[in-house]
Amino acid sequence: MTNRILFILMLVAGLTAPFYAYPVFVMDLLCFALFACAFNLLLGYAGLLSFGHAAFFGGAAYITGYVTKEWGFSPLLGILAGTGFTLVLGGIFGFLAIRRQGIYFAMVTLALAQIIYFMALQLPFTGGENGLQGIPRGELFGFIDLNNPLAMYYFVFAIFLIGFGIIHRTIHSPFGEVLQAIRENESRALSLGYDVDHFKLLAFVISATLAGLAGATKAIIFQFAALTSAHWQTSGEVILMTLVGGLGTVFGPVLGAITVGALSHELSAFGSWVQVILGTIFVVCVMTFRRGIIGEIQRLVSRKQS
Amino acid sequence: MQVILAQALLGLNVGVFYAMLSLGLAVIFGLLNIINFAHGAMYMLGAFIALIGYSFLEQWLGISLQIGFWASLILVPLLVGLLGVLIERLLLRRLYDLDHIYGLLLTFGITLILQGLFSNYFNVSGTPYPGQPESLSGVVNLGFMYFPTYRLFAIVFSLVVCFATWFFIEHTKLGSRLRAGVENPDLTQAFGLNVPLMITLTFAFGAGLAGLAGVLAAPIYSVSPLMGADLIIVVFAVVVIGGMGSIMGAILSGLALGLIEGLTKVIYPPAASTVIFFLMVLVLLFRPAGLFGKEK
Repeated sequence: MTNRILFILMLVAGLTAPFYAYPVFVMDLLCFALFACAFNLLLGYAGLLSFGHAAFFGGAAYITGYVTKEWGFSPLLGILAGTGFTLVLGGIFGFLAIRRQGIYFAMVTLALAQIIYFMALQLPFTGGENGLQGIPRGELFGFIDLNNPLAMYYFVFAIFLIGFGIIHRTIHSPFGEVLQAIRENESRALSLGYDVDHFKLLAFVISATLAGLAGATKAIIFQFAALTSAHWQTSGEVILMTLVGGLGTVFGPVLGAITVGALSHELSAFGSWVQVILGTIFVVCVMTFRRGIIGEIQRLVSRKQS
Repeated sequence: MQVILAQALLGLNVGVFYAMLSLGLAVIFGLLNIINFAHGAMYMLGAFIALIGYSFLEQWLGISLQIGFWASLILVPLLVGLLGVLIERLLLRRLYDLDHIYGLLLTFGITLILQGLFSNYFNVSGTPYPGQPESLSGVVNLGFMYFPTYRLFAIVFSLVVCFATWFFIEHTKLGSRLRAGVENPDLTQAFGLNVPLMITLTFAFGAGLAGLAGVLAAPIYSVSPLMGADLIIVVFAVVVIGGMGSIMGAILSGLALGLIEGLTKVIYPPAASTVIFFLMVLVLLFRPAGLFGKEK
């Protein structure tokens, strides 16, 4: 019931946002929200902490940028190319990472992501420290000009809704149930006959692909693939967003992305203090507020009912 | 040949830092089961305390006070170790019953805070540390090449620290109690040993080791807020390659990977920054528990 209300709220807010907020900023938030939802699918529902999701977010941005700029792909095809790249990359990273568990898993994903970061820094087509610039927005289906802010906005919102729908569908399917069983007790899931590694790998690939979708879309919005998107601190930020909003809740990551994104935006004038503040939020969340905003609300609601 | 030997020595120079840092991580991980993400930040902190002690105290406090390199070598590990005590007692202690992930996330938050604080006051591109002692300036003739005295000192000094740590943990009575505390905390406590105190001191020791590495690095690399940020990820890869099973594994794989990185710089420079990560992939494929790790 709460989820249905939240969904309607999100839909209304999303559809009306460009009329009272700066569209580019809202689109940025939508990309981060999708990124956080994709990350949450892995940590919140399968219990796997990936510290390398920036590789998918940033990697897809570079591929999308390259194919639209140099090969003249249409924006939709470009986004599909970037997302397809992370589908493959997610398969490779996932295959390697699921060989280790717990914090080792986090360290392995972090180290693998660092390879992508250095590639983004060193490969000839990526523009090094400056990033890949001048990516054209192009035309959707050949006739909708994406340089029109409203057209671009609703295109991005549609992508967000599709990604969000896929995640929602995944969580509330038998597959999602098995993931949660693995999160709760891996050896029990194994003894029930589930091929645990297979499920983990699938979850990793879905999560990586949708993180890539978010990154690819971001490249088209900003017409720019930035090196910071692939940096490990971006992987940390997406964890923070998920944690603030509520780990393992459907709408938590969306709210977390909006909160953290808006906060970083408001505080950007204070330079490096942003990092100090984000770090402090991190510490406070881990110490006292582990359920996140949505998690705490759900707890209050369920307590009132019982 | 000379180029290769020179790069090997420089690689060893990097390797001792990898070894010291992965050793500290291994000690902390062994006892607390926590990956200290803030380890790189503590290394950075060590270098900055040395820099501030040498260059800024007089300017900031108005009294003529300068803490030289040798004094820093003792003072800094103590200060960083003290920070370690505070972090363990005030924060980490409350997370031991939870998933390990929370320890990692907490220390990540601490990393952001420390990095942000120093970025506010110091240039991100780095400040040189001018306090390298007179007695260690100049070069040494090694027969095949001239090598900076300080770097040679850093290599020898770190090796001594690493092997002393190994000896302490593997071959002394206190070390065996520590290992007993790792193996079975409840039973060890029942024998009247103060396990929580041991945990605090171990965390402080690991943090102090990172601080010490920072002081040693200060005269070689420029001191910058981000100096630990990228290093820590390489050290994570070193840890995955070495495996967390043994202290010696952390030391040896740290040294070896520094060497390999140095040699890659001769053979194919663009791969130097990623070769360790590719090696990690290979190790994961064939020996997922790491080269020295025990399969659990």
